[in-house]
Amino acid sequence: MVKALILRSAGINCNDETEQAFRMAGAETEQVHVNQLISGEKKLSDYHVMAIPGGFSYGDYIAAGTILASRLSTGMKDRIDEFIQQGKIILGICNGFQVLVKMGLLPGDGMKATLTNNDSGKFECRWVKLKRASDSPLTEGIEELNVPVAHGEGKFVVDDLDTLEENKQIILKYSASEYPENPNGSMGDVAGISNREGNVIGLMPHPERHLTCDNHPEWQRRNYCGPGEGLELFRNVVEYCRNLKGERTIAEEG
Amino acid sequence: MHQIEVFSKDRTARDRTVTETLSDMGISAQAEVSDVYYLDGALKDADVNEAAEFFTDKVTQRHETGSSKKEGSWIIEVRYKDGVSDPAGDVIMQALTELGKKVSAVRTANRYYVKGEIQESDVQKICRKELANEIVQDYYYDYENLPAPKPGKITEDPGSEIRQVEILEAGDSELKEISAKGLLSLSPEEMKKIKEYFESEGRNPTDGEMETIAQTWSEHCKHKTFNGRIKFTDRDGKKEIIKNLFEETIVAATKKISESKDWIVSAFKDNAGIIKLDEKNNLAFKVETHNHPSALDPYGGASTGVGGVIRDILGAGLGAKPIFNTDAFCLARPDYDKELPSGMLHPKRTFRGVVSGVRDYGNRMGIPTVNGAIAYHDDFRGAPLVFCGTGGLLPKGMESKKAGRGERIVVVGGKTGRDGLHGATFSSAVLDENAPGSAVQIGNPIEEKKMADALLKARDRGLYTCITDCGAGGLSSAVGEMAQSTGAEVDLEGVELKHAGMQPWEIWTSESQERMVLSVPEDRLKELKEVFSREGVTVCVIGKITDSKRLVVRHELKSLVDLDMEFLHHGLPKPLKEASWNENRFEEPEPEEKENYDEDLKKLLAHPTIASKEEVVRRYDYEVQGNTIGKPLVGAFNDGPSDAAVIRPEFGSTAIVIANGINPRYGMINSYHMAASAIDEALRNVVASGGDLNRTALLDNFCWADTSRKEKLGSLVMAAKACRDVAVVYGTPFISGKDSLNNEFSEGGKRIGIPDTLLISAVSVTDTAKIVSMDLKEEGNEVYVVGRTYDELGGSCYYDLSGKTGANVPMWRPESKRDMERLSEAMRAGLVRSCHDCSEGGIAVAAAEMAFAGNVGLKMELDDVTRDTDNELKILFSESNGRFLVEVRKENGDKFRKLTGAAKIGETAGGKKLTITKNGKSLIDSKLDDLKAAWKGTIKW
Repeated sequence: MVKALILRSAGINCNDETEQAFRMAGAETEQVHVNQLISGEKKLSDYHVMAIPGGFSYGDYIAAGTILASRLSTGMKDRIDEFIQQGKIILGICNGFQVLVKMGLLPGDGMKATLTNNDSGKFECRWVKLKRASDSPLTEGIEELNVPVAHGEGKFVVDDLDTLEENKQIILKYSASEYPENPNGSMGDVAGISNREGNVIGLMPHPERHLTCDNHPEWQRRNYCGPGEGLELFRNVVEYCRNLKGERTIAEEG
Repeated sequence: MHQIEVFSKDRTARDRTVTETLSDMGISAQAEVSDVYYLDGALKDADVNEAAEFFTDKVTQRHETGSSKKEGSWIIEVRYKDGVSDPAGDVIMQALTELGKKVSAVRTANRYYVKGEIQESDVQKICRKELANEIVQDYYYDYENLPAPKPGKITEDPGSEIRQVEILEAGDSELKEISAKGLLSLSPEEMKKIKEYFESEGRNPTDGEMETIAQTWSEHCKHKTFNGRIKFTDRDGKKEIIKNLFEETIVAATKKISESKDWIVSAFKDNAGIIKLDEKNNLAFKVETHNHPSALDPYGGASTGVGGVIRDILGAGLGAKPIFNTDAFCLARPDYDKELPSGMLHPKRTFRGVVSGVRDYGNRMGIPTVNGAIAYHDDFRGAPLVFCGTGGLLPKGMESKKAGRGERIVVVGGKTGRDGLHGATFSSAVLDENAPGSAVQIGNPIEEKKMADALLKARDRGLYTCITDCGAGGLSSAVGEMAQSTGAEVDLEGVELKHAGMQPWEIWTSESQERMVLSVPEDRLKELKEVFSREGVTVCVIGKITDSKRLVVRHELKSLVDLDMEFLHHGLPKPLKEASWNENRFEEPEPEEKENYDEDLKKLLAHPTIASKEEVVRRYDYEVQGNTIGKPLVGAFNDGPSDAAVIRPEFGSTAIVIANGINPRYGMINSYHMAASAIDEALRNVVASGGDLNRTALLDNFCWADTSRKEKLGSLVMAAKACRDVAVVYGTPFISGKDSLNNEFSEGGKRIGIPDTLLISAVSVTDTAKIVSMDLKEEGNEVYVVGRTYDELGGSCYYDLSGKTGANVPMWRPESKRDMERLSEAMRAGLVRSCHDCSEGGIAVAAAEMAFAGNVGLKMELDDVTRDTDNELKILFSESNGRFLVEVRKENGDKFRKLTGAAKIGETAGGKKLTITKNGKSLIDSKLDDLKAAWKGTIKW
């Protein structure tokens, strides 16, 4: 069985719904506090996926994600590097994406990028439409999906957008360049990216908030009731991990 | 102090916002903002540089260490006053410590570089009116002489002094002076009672005892007006003695209703009301006000209001998990343009501050803020109202709690500081420019989130037997309440402090935020400490539960408090207060019929009370936790105003409908009908959204002016009676509530009281499949009106457009219940496509909102509206209770009519227009886009 670690820390607050998403996608899940990981009480190598959920880790003081990124980098950088090298998945959603960017794991390869204040200067909660921009373990079989964003610092800025595009690291884009379709002014309408290998993934919108059809704001206007559009992303991740080399071994040990 | 300043490379949205704000003030200048970090500790240059790297975004920012070299006509620095909590500084200090930096304190500040031709007087105005709140912040604009902040905390005070308060020898005037000087808000009768008690004890009280009694006996904690004896005279001169207003109205209604309802788990006993939800969980719900602190510091007041009500839920039963927040504000119009007294904040600033406060606390806690209201009236300018609510899931079997003898008293969460002294007693004072800054607390949501996470883990392991929140009155109230029937001994050395030098009474009564008090059996203490310390939460063991029936508090072995619990909780005198009531007489205008009402409708849609609150709603994360299935914004473009929010807990099939009703303008005329209308509105919103009237509970929050005036107490009595009368008819029990009296401010030597205001919050338990939204769904459907329209424009938004109040306030009639039940039945039968209640702005506004929310045209004829008036204007805009507009598919029309007896008045249509006629005359003929633009144009951020 695919084992997903849902990271907790002071101020992370989307841990329950992220865990629910992985459960519905067929994974075995466990919420683990960052202190338990750093101290070695829990081993990262026991899992196939590490999800860093949304929230306001450490209050997002200084800038969103900065303090948790620094804790992970100082406390367990080598263990995280090893996890990535094994091809396992790290998925950062919203605040988790900010953490991965501030750690330098995204976009990776020394590219300079950040997630900064929305162009509107405001925290925004609204539903957006995303389009798949390139294939990745996350976006397999998905053309577009509706999910909410809820952030104040979600504007993606990178020093070399072309390379990112060429490398097929941009995996999800907002449906248009204008506000509010692009809710934060992200360069290239970027909503989600991965590293070059595709196994470190970050996105600002919240797929874990669209697990059932009635999460959709227009569910009473649509004639559809089935799984939510966000669930497919988690199913993709779990499916990818099932095919990972060595998955069997971990599961047996576990 | 080392100094690091971080600049943005490019102009930021924050710079633009400040520049625009200055321009709003008529000051033409460009502003840039930087972040400043002050670090105290044994740091080498390399350490400071590393910290600077840590603070700086490589892509968008750059930094400088040491003093600033940047130029500006004026350099303004704004930061928290020395000794006031700086949550960002505290969190950053922990992070730097983990990075191996030896820092002992971190302080944060903002610097504003303002360029332009501006004078010193303008700079002062900018600082005072916009950039700084002098209650909690300092500002400096003389950059050459900028003082460094003190390393965080005040330490020069000697502390640890217990003073005797000389009351045994005091006469009446001296007693009065003791209360006034100590900010105790104790009445002469209460001071006498205290004197008698200490005469029997044969000694003077300590300062700690006076504070403890004052907090416990405060209006805020004991609700002595509501629980007191009242001699009431009604408008016909009929007299009545009310022994206990609360018991005879609100509680009486709940008792009566509970005879036939088996789902009320706990009403008025706990920190929150509790009802049954499903097989696994109960639901706890509480709404509180935080008015006085929000008047002084809108941001801090509103955010700690949210933090406080969340702790009420965490302290309900053995601890409920918060799953939604609500908020409501009563404010003066944001474009208020008359002169304000010095020290009073402009309504627009108050508005921004309270919304930001709710945003930052709720969002950081990860609790969706899903329902709210904003009502505008200029008499709220000096005394704004801020209501904060939270609902939570309480697993079955965790409803009751009891502290046992010998158990340890434990404080978990934030440390204790000097912030928020006298909050409970201050809430009874009139607001003027001399209000004490020490009464304001600063919230730290991340501290509360950590505490909440650990607390729920400790709850599930059964590590404590009793819990109470630490709110007004601090430890004195929390421990006093928890050990009320047993007794307690506390040693204050156990309390971890934010700063040295606190007086013992300050430690005992400080209202520092983010703390809860637990009663923990000795053999669970070790595990409890482990659970909390894993999450980085402070645990302080401060005493134990006894069976002495006394509250005993020591500081360094010296006695601070030694009081009889019976006296503390039941010794409060109950004087007989006078109340009388009569309606306020306003003239009823005779508005003339017009050629058409398109302009009137647009003006109404732009009225701040009716206008779109999207700018506010989107600041709140209403989607976090993934269970918001009824959104605050609905429709084809996700911007229509829903009647209620719907939460589906734990991804199940049970739905909780959350709604509210509030209308202070009716309170100007008649408090009885104001209160009745608030209940009717809250229930209309529940029913319109698919909620079940048979499974609906109510919360009451009364906000009144000074009830020592007998006519104000009289109108309070009438409102409470309305609550009883109406709730009993509907069968909707009150399960919790609060009152905030004395909402007055002084302006030009005159005291101004707020309009009589009651917020009714409703929760209803139903099934997710039964939910209905308010946006029209498709063309070709029929539209019905449920309920009867009367000549009731008194207190309406329509009259308010021309500055009038009117006399014909909407009355409440018991037929409302029958109509609601029939409508609900039709909904359960699946006959309803959309439904919206008619409230402010009447049928016309409801129709416009439904149409533009769904982006579906609507043609209506008023000829068949069930009504008592034939005046077209009144049919359009009257605000009579008990009415709904309902969209029904043609094939279901007959069934719907039979079930409800409602009148068909229109059809959904193409053309993206709203047309309303009567007798062939066109009253409204407007494009949906134009109506929506009017509705969206008022509330800008």
